[in-house]
Amino acid sequence: MDCLPLTYNLLPLLNMITRDDVVYIAKLSRLGIDDSDLDKYISQLQQILQYVEKLNELDTSEVEPTAHVFSLRNVTREDKVKESLPNEEAVNSAPDVENGFFKVPPVIE
Amino acid sequence: MINPPFVKGEWDFNQISNLKSQISNNMPETVKQWLDALSSNQISARESVELALKRIDSCESKIDAFISLRPDDALKVADKIDKKKAAGEKTGPLAGLPIAVKDLICEKGIECKCASRILEGYFPTYDATAAQNLKSVGAICLGRLNMDEFAMGSSTENSGYKLTKNPWDTERIPGGSSGGSAAAVAARQAPFAIGSDTGGSIRQPASLCGVTGLKPTYGRVSRYGLVAYASSLDQIGTLTLNVEDAARVLPFIAGHDINDSTSANIPAPDYLSELSGDLKGKKIGVPKEYFVEGIDKEVEAAVRTAIDKFSELGAEIEEVSLPHTEYAIAAYYVVATAEASSNLARYDGIHYGKRASGIKNLLDVYTKTRGEFFGEEVKRRIMLGTYVLSSGYYDAYYLKGLKVRTLIKQDFEKTFDKVDAIITPTCPTPAFKIGEKTEDPLQMYLSDIFTVSVNLAGLPAISIPCGFSNDCLPIGVQLIAKPFDESALFNFGFAYQEATDFHKKRPPVCGI
Repeated sequence: MDCLPLTYNLLPLLNMITRDDVVYIAKLSRLGIDDSDLDKYISQLQQILQYVEKLNELDTSEVEPTAHVFSLRNVTREDKVKESLPNEEAVNSAPDVENGFFKVPPVIE
Repeated sequence: MINPPFVKGEWDFNQISNLKSQISNNMPETVKQWLDALSSNQISARESVELALKRIDSCESKIDAFISLRPDDALKVADKIDKKKAAGEKTGPLAGLPIAVKDLICEKGIECKCASRILEGYFPTYDATAAQNLKSVGAICLGRLNMDEFAMGSSTENSGYKLTKNPWDTERIPGGSSGGSAAAVAARQAPFAIGSDTGGSIRQPASLCGVTGLKPTYGRVSRYGLVAYASSLDQIGTLTLNVEDAARVLPFIAGHDINDSTSANIPAPDYLSELSGDLKGKKIGVPKEYFVEGIDKEVEAAVRTAIDKFSELGAEIEEVSLPHTEYAIAAYYVVATAEASSNLARYDGIHYGKRASGIKNLLDVYTKTRGEFFGEEVKRRIMLGTYVLSSGYYDAYYLKGLKVRTLIKQDFEKTFDKVDAIITPTCPTPAFKIGEKTEDPLQMYLSDIFTVSVNLAGLPAISIPCGFSNDCLPIGVQLIAKPFDESALFNFGFAYQEATDFHKKRPPVCGI
């Protein structure tokens, strides 16, 4: 290919993301999406995923994945007791606090 | 839109004392000039801050670079420094230097919003290591700079607060996500700003605003206190007026940090003393994949001219190949959004920031808060990331993205066996118009084509001004080096800037 992907020709989609999929991933990611916005997100996500299909042009059967650029080693430290954040500072930026606790609506109804 | 904490009129700029006339006529611009003026006692730390505030006052209403300013705090810090000096006590090497930070770097007790509505009311309990290090040597933070919400974007149009304008043409975007940082430095509001770069967020705005933007090697600068977007790609870096200043300030933020286990335990050299400007015997690779159809003609011409200049300066130019370049955007947006979907799970309406009203149960706390206070692009990326990580699609998208990342990284490794640096355009076009790409997210993503590979491979890269379009918009050239070889970037960039003056041009908004 001798053209940058600045304009794009979309490949046929292997797995077309559906309305149900988008509703499902919105739920998984705890995002309240208005029904009126849903169509826009569906078409944009379809377009982006269709572009991403490009990766399938490459044979990667013999390639190791890179999750991190430099090989990470486990880092440990001495198990020493250190001063921790005072309670009032720790909850200082929370939207709802009572007696030094984060407050949420009842979990069990 | 609600006004940010600082608005014109809230702070009286007439408080600024009458500055010495010779300084007003010959104001410092670069870090070096500021430090020279400070160390020779031409100006006090207070006058230094006042000068910067005066300049901010003169053009901030036109460019809107800052999300919040804190003049009184800055002046207080300055007075302390002046007192110390007067008492003959030691002050740090950056004592009195005005700086500004992108709104995703934590500062203790200062509201940090990442330009997002969801973080309104978040006051960090600690300083980011980079911010702490700069303050500990005497730098004075004037305020916090606008950005795309959570660093997701290429134009700063995704800020939940305000639109930052390009100082060269206020109808155009400054680039992003560190758009406020680039605009502030270009407009001479501060000689040095901190930004962050996940897919080009320092280099791209630097290029579009005509300043020098450095993305150090992954791990060179501690990410402690940098609000996370994509942890395996994020890196803190600098925006300055020239390469020499970048070399001057990097050592203050570089180095190992016990609070970031991914920060590298590799000492940062004294970059400044290593600047020789001698390019004899040095090799620069020109990747053919970056110079094909689709790139703006004026950009290509300016970058070609820069390559000729490097050749004139004694460097050897060699064509190289990075064959997987065209897959970088696709791999990047899979990897980055996957990490983002996980990192942004912490904004739950419970621990910090805001919670939506009309909540009936716990699920509402999450969905309503996140639905209401995250912007569109952030929601789009969280959904995309959740999708590519979800059961049934993980292998097809996320794992595939990580494998292609390996191929991109290997392209660079092979090339650096042959050359000392790689040269490319930073962006395919000069700054585009506000609103031009907001309706087409994919088109916006594609403008990152020349910058994302560097993050996927963890490499250091710098964008420096190399020309102007016919519309008088800055054009940038990108240099890329081996991991932890920022010295090479500085030396190439320094030699180039000794021989050119694009980096000295001032945007019209400055009025100076």
